[in-house]
Amino acid sequence: MPDLNRLYEAILNGDAKASAAVTREALDAGTQPMDLVNGYMVPAMDEVGKRFECEEYFVPELLLSGRAMKASMELLRPLLAQQGVESAGKVVIGTVKGDLHDIGKNLVACMLEGGGFEVIDLGADVAPDVFVATVRAKNAKLVALSALLTVTMNSMKTTIQAFHNAGMREQVKVMVGGAPVTQQFADEIGADGFCENASAAVALARRLAAA
Amino acid sequence: MPDIAILDGAWGTELQARGLAAGECPDEWNLSHPDEVTAVAAAYAAAGSQIILTNTFRSNRIALAGHNGRAAEFNAAGVAHSLRGANGRAKVFASVGPCGKVLAAGEVTEDEVREAFEEQVSALAAAGAQGIVIETMSEIAEAVIAVGAARKTGLPVVASMAFDSGRKKDRTMTGATPEQAAVQLTDAGADIIGANCGCGIELYIGICARLHTATAKPIWIKANAGLPELTNSGTRYHMGAQEFAGHAKALREAGASYVGGCCGTNPEFIRALCAALKG
Repeated sequence: MPDLNRLYEAILNGDAKASAAVTREALDAGTQPMDLVNGYMVPAMDEVGKRFECEEYFVPELLLSGRAMKASMELLRPLLAQQGVESAGKVVIGTVKGDLHDIGKNLVACMLEGGGFEVIDLGADVAPDVFVATVRAKNAKLVALSALLTVTMNSMKTTIQAFHNAGMREQVKVMVGGAPVTQQFADEIGADGFCENASAAVALARRLAAA
Repeated sequence: MPDIAILDGAWGTELQARGLAAGECPDEWNLSHPDEVTAVAAAYAAAGSQIILTNTFRSNRIALAGHNGRAAEFNAAGVAHSLRGANGRAKVFASVGPCGKVLAAGEVTEDEVREAFEEQVSALAAAGAQGIVIETMSEIAEAVIAVGAARKTGLPVVASMAFDSGRKKDRTMTGATPEQAAVQLTDAGADIIGANCGCGIELYIGICARLHTATAKPIWIKANAGLPELTNSGTRYHMGAQEFAGHAKALREAGASYVGGCCGTNPEFIRALCAALKG
């Protein structure tokens, strides 16, 4: 039996190769996927979040840890599906129309995947109707919108309006984030949730998915 | 007290005032709207800027992903417009912004970043830029690569980071401190070390002092007009030109040798800076 603390360490240190390798060893040795998730992976990401909050970790560390988590999750997801364990939910994510910045969006996508969500990443400069069409096609319940520029923040409003126009506003929860976005702005445009950073995005998505 | 040079203010909002649509690539205007771009340069030179920048912030091939192969054209035109607008009244230092990807997370390789910046700075230098300003950087490693590329042009090189993260807003997005930035950018060979954008001019006074303590190089500060305020139509910066210029004296005392503005500033702010610092 491999030392499973190595999985915790690998994710905390953002080492995707090591996290995948330990995950494989553990599965070969008969460890249950959910035991890995709950015993090592989620606690590691919780610690990553804590280190981010107390400024030991910054964006690069979050990206790397999120990726290490994802590398393990990719190995576990088929097994979890076989066991009837569903993903935490489907999230359609993208940077809104007119905005090409994707660092923050990638980070949130990575953290959500690490948090057990099935993430459909539409990239940057995504038109409102593309969000709507994807949510419809994938039957997603969550939409995450990102913007870095103050001048593109209003595309968040038009995207939410597009869901209204399509008669789909009631079936999705919309979360928004990005450097210029605030709770006040989120409230003004009728978003369902806002959070300050990627590390808080997972908890917000879980709350919205459960609502 | 050392002499102080006045820089320019924001470009994006000035171009928007001349019709650039929200979300449209400002650098593309170098080809499609040469007169408007030149007018921004001229407005800053007329306001008293001794150094003006260029509308080339995004003109590296990584950030310009949607405009493949046009980086060199955008850069050359951007320098030409600023030189024409300055008309001998101000020097033209060319703006080089970040590539938009995180090196530390492996989103791009060092070689890709180096090639992109080498292509950009050689186009800027060939077009007659009198200096290179590497600005709004978050990752020291990226800025160091850009400084290395810019030094090959033989032009003066400014390396300026954006400090907007962490509880005290004194870190870059990737966690770099002013001290780390000043030391590593000095070692990389930058001639001037700076901070721009960020969280308002008030907070940049402390950042300026820390940069100044950490390096013997002159300090360059282009701060935002306070913290943005939200309105129904988006964000706006509440701080007026006079209040902004009032803080500029504290910047000089904190060691700044080059002072201008970033988001929320315009030629009126530059006139106020001239009056406060030169008058």
